[in-house]
Amino acid sequence: MTEATGGIEMEEDTSGKIKKFLYVNRKAPYGTIYALESLEVVLIAAAFDQDVSLAFIDDGVYEIAKGQHTKAIDVKNFSPTYRALEGYDIEKLFVEKESMDARGLKEEDFIVPVKVINAAEMADLMQSQDVILSF
Amino acid sequence: MKFGILVNEGPYTHQASDTAYLFAKAAVEKGHKIHRVFFYHDGVYNSSRLTEPPQDDRHIVNRWQKLAKDHHIDLVVCVAAALRRGVKDENLQEGFRISGLGQLIESGIQADRLVVFGD
Repeated sequence: MTEATGGIEMEEDTSGKIKKFLYVNRKAPYGTIYALESLEVVLIAAAFDQDVSLAFIDDGVYEIAKGQHTKAIDVKNFSPTYRALEGYDIEKLFVEKESMDARGLKEEDFIVPVKVINAAEMADLMQSQDVILSF
Repeated sequence: MKFGILVNEGPYTHQASDTAYLFAKAAVEKGHKIHRVFFYHDGVYNSSRLTEPPQDDRHIVNRWQKLAKDHHIDLVVCVAAALRRGVKDENLQEGFRISGLGQLIESGIQADRLVVFGD
């Protein structure tokens, strides 16, 4: 980034440094703005050439559920955007099995290919990350 | 240790901004460095110059401003989240600056730890 930093010295260059970023999506897609604004972060992050993964837990699993119709609540259906992630080389999408099962969802109910892992495996995934952004 | 901080909630309604502030204050007092605080979602309201809490209450906006000035902390407000909520340069408190989400990612790359405060 070459943006002015308000007089504060940025002593480090970020180029070439690759960290593991995990974006944890925990909220339903509508009702609050967290899911949408989280997706906006992921899209920006794609430009930084970092090692990016996404996790969907709790009501966050609904963010990638098929068949979202939002016309009646006058809010944009942004779920197709998740399909665009592949084009940004963001292909590591994890769904927590317990959250999925509790909501009666199956792997084929998602609009993007995901890897379903259990809570213990999710904990291992989180343990292996450098930066976890939870929304 | 060098910390980056992400604040995802507005002032007063949620405790997130208070906790983030107290964490940042404790960290610098212990000799750690906070290089940047990034305000996202309703967290952008922590930068509003128009904030006027009752006199016997803490002033969350000015408290961030002072901490940042004393310890050279970069206070960054997300431009997309700010515009959505009517936070602009003309009502931005001094000491804060509006910039892009790239600043958050950069903070994650540069800091030893990025700590998220939110709901």
